[in-house]
Amino acid sequence: MTDASLPSSSENRERVSLMAPDARTQKRKAAERRFRMYGIAGIATGIFFLIVLLVSIVSSGAGAFQQTFITVSVYLDPAKLDKNGNRNLEEISKVSTFGYTPLIQQALFDKVQENGIETPLEKSKDMKALISASAAAQIRDVVISNPDLIGETVDFRILASSRVDGYLKGRVQREDVARDKNIDAEHLDLVDALQPFGIIEKTFNMDFITGADASESRAESAGIGVAMIGSFFMMLVVLVLSLPIGVAASIYLEEFAPKNRWTDLIEVNIANLAAVPSIVFGILGLAVFIQFMHLPQSAPLVGGLVLTLMTLPTIIISTRASLKAVPPSIRDAALGVGASKMQSVFHHVLPLAAPGILTGTIIGLAQALGETAPLLLIGMVGFIASNAPDGIASGLLDPNSAMPAQIYEWAKRADPAFYERAWGGIIILLGFLISMNTIAVILRRRFERRW
Amino acid sequence: MPVLWLSAVITVLALFGFYFGRRRALQSAGGDSRLLHSLPSYYGSNALMKSVVPAFGLMILWLLAQPLFIENRIAGMIPESEISEGSNVGLVMSEVRRTADGLSNAVAGGFLDEEELQSGGAVLSDLTQRLRDAGQVVTNEISQPILDAAQTYRSMSGTSQLLMTVAVILVALVGAGWGVSESGRDFRARNVVEKGILAILIAAASVAILTTLGIILSLVFNTIEFFSLYPAIEFFTLLEWAPSFSGRGGASSLGIIPLLWGTLYISFVALLVAVPIGLFAAIYLSEYASPRVRGIAKPLLEILAGIPTIVYGLFALLTIGPLLVSVFGKDGLGWMGGGRAVMTAGIAMGIMLIPFVSSLSDDIINAVPQSLRDGSYGLGATRSETIKQVVLPAALPGIVGAILLAASRAIGETMIVVLGAGAAARLSLNPFEAMTTVTAKIVSQLTGDSDFASPEALVAFALGITLFVLTLALNVFALYIVRKYREQYE
Repeated sequence: MTDASLPSSSENRERVSLMAPDARTQKRKAAERRFRMYGIAGIATGIFFLIVLLVSIVSSGAGAFQQTFITVSVYLDPAKLDKNGNRNLEEISKVSTFGYTPLIQQALFDKVQENGIETPLEKSKDMKALISASAAAQIRDVVISNPDLIGETVDFRILASSRVDGYLKGRVQREDVARDKNIDAEHLDLVDALQPFGIIEKTFNMDFITGADASESRAESAGIGVAMIGSFFMMLVVLVLSLPIGVAASIYLEEFAPKNRWTDLIEVNIANLAAVPSIVFGILGLAVFIQFMHLPQSAPLVGGLVLTLMTLPTIIISTRASLKAVPPSIRDAALGVGASKMQSVFHHVLPLAAPGILTGTIIGLAQALGETAPLLLIGMVGFIASNAPDGIASGLLDPNSAMPAQIYEWAKRADPAFYERAWGGIIILLGFLISMNTIAVILRRRFERRW
Repeated sequence: MPVLWLSAVITVLALFGFYFGRRRALQSAGGDSRLLHSLPSYYGSNALMKSVVPAFGLMILWLLAQPLFIENRIAGMIPESEISEGSNVGLVMSEVRRTADGLSNAVAGGFLDEEELQSGGAVLSDLTQRLRDAGQVVTNEISQPILDAAQTYRSMSGTSQLLMTVAVILVALVGAGWGVSESGRDFRARNVVEKGILAILIAAASVAILTTLGIILSLVFNTIEFFSLYPAIEFFTLLEWAPSFSGRGGASSLGIIPLLWGTLYISFVALLVAVPIGLFAAIYLSEYASPRVRGIAKPLLEILAGIPTIVYGLFALLTIGPLLVSVFGKDGLGWMGGGRAVMTAGIAMGIMLIPFVSSLSDDIINAVPQSLRDGSYGLGATRSETIKQVVLPAALPGIVGAILLAASRAIGETMIVVLGAGAAARLSLNPFEAMTTVTAKIVSQLTGDSDFASPEALVAFALGITLFVLTLALNVFALYIVRKYREQYE
């Protein structure tokens, strides 16, 4: 203060207050601020990417959980479905889905006429574009399981075609329709007109979560349920194999291993395996499990084995960390009262490390659940996973898909309707991952002990 | 499923062994467990271990060896005439295997009669059709030698299964009996059991070595086979990647250089995105952020690391690609042809690597001793000057290690490039052009309908070994640097 009020003794020095920073200080301070901003910008960009990612997942995938249905009253014409009129199940089964398609189209056409909707579409065949190809199969299944319905008029809720579904969800625009040979603008007018009557409506789509995959032309009836079962069996294999092997390996390395070459070799191997690209594990699975051991291709068992090998390093690393966290005094106390080394580990150290091991295992499983690349090589894509397994053996050995593989399969089909399914599948997959990680975090918070 | 039943039988036998081993030991001590050398359950465990371990070991070995043995015998049966032009024994063998499976399934499904098959009553031409009717996969018309081989295959497999069941149960029985007979008051059961457990632990730890061995062997053998069909020099030096699937060999040019170029280019773009963002985020988190900000921002960034790569792949294909096309595509600058490009995959991969770079660098920056910072502050340096001139130079080797680890991740990444980078191999500098990578080609060469004996499929193993060696070298080098750096401050 006092200095500042004194006149400057030096001639060349400007008369400035010490409170006012000089140019150099200002420059340094600006540099400081700028550097700080870079850091904030770095974090902000990262979080921005995260938000964009999540928003695009939710906004593109939410549509998969809704589906457009058409309510029609189909007259199950005996003349077409049961020509001899004797309700013989074998003869009824002979009528293929082609026999049912005209009935459904007629039913929808009647509905349109009934409600007095004006449309340039004058033939019942024109309704084809509105109805999913899977509707005929749906009605045929009902008829075969209950042949007495023939001759009656039954209400059905059938799937609308994927274009109609896309139109109601805003995925299909009117401008796109001009180039589309599957649907015309008149159809869309009809859809608009049918909506107020409640004949066409959009509701929650349980079939997406529980259903099976469908062929390329029927995006509207594809579901992720069967792939979910495939993933479940794979995770079962991973859990059953990697937990005991991983824990046993960690106990050996952490508690018993002498310092020798063999131990060093194991340690180096585990560290390197953790960094091997996942696709290489796929090559291993293909060469060893399928080509050499002739295990069935596309089987969740093989997928589980490959993912086990891939998850083992993760589980071993986290298990070793939690074994290391148990203080030596516990071991010493056990040894002191006469326990053998093995007893001290299995009776005292292992139970104390269990929460940490469990947490690590769940995180390892979550990682395995989202892994796709190795599954491509052992053949879990490229076919339609349509049958749910009917037992443990078939669940392990029958060809099936897995959730990420199913998502990849849909992404490959290059159809916006399937893209929507793929995003929807990602929402479900992320749901599983988030809940697994949350369980892991809760376990850690609740049982973690600080010594 | 006989293996499942066999396992159940072994388990039951072993449990009996446990019970009798324990009882015998207690009896020998007159019911007073204090007179025994070990706790009673150790005597039981001894018998249990001696029946379970050898029995399962034998079963696994048998299951591994059986196909090898049988195939060697069958391969000798197949006459030269059956091995047609461009085919080999392996292909014919898989045909035999398929036929045998088809026959077994058809018999099980009631479409074929076992006795009819044995007596040779089934007419050959008719058989193919009937197998097809039974829903079995039959590719070619079945010929007589193939049918004979398939029948031998079936009967040998059956015999072998039976032998295995008998042998495994016998081993389990003998083991349990041995364990029970050993039980006595002076037998040191605990020591024996603990030795056994230790052996099991060692075996579990060795799985890691077996896995590495499996990877190396499966890569090396198939690569050698590939190089016997395709010249190695061309593979490493040819500037063109154009596999043909119509003709076998010859017509394809399989040069790895365009693939390596695509891989490195995409990884470079990814690092260009990830390194600045990740590094600045790490600096801010470790040097500036308050504990509260750190507690929120760090887990948020790490969510990015927990998202499966298939999600990034789809994000690249459906969000980043179209976005880039709208700016650089036909309607914009006109540099970009389609949504799949080096940039598309590179940006998605960069986003994926941000948390990888940031948390590794964060650890490394935190490991720089506080005394270095205090010294710098004491000389009047500002925070940013301290970071730039003291902390970062001190942490540099570690950060380089972290970047190398991220690079190895980028090189080995598959799903993002399969979905986002395109399928055409190209040597070009334009980052808006579609290129392909080593991993993407491994997937496409091994997931087609091609047979595994053609060079077009086997090349995937050569690509795999290149990838393996490349990532391994990067990792070992990076870990070496990081470890060296850690030692410096410990």
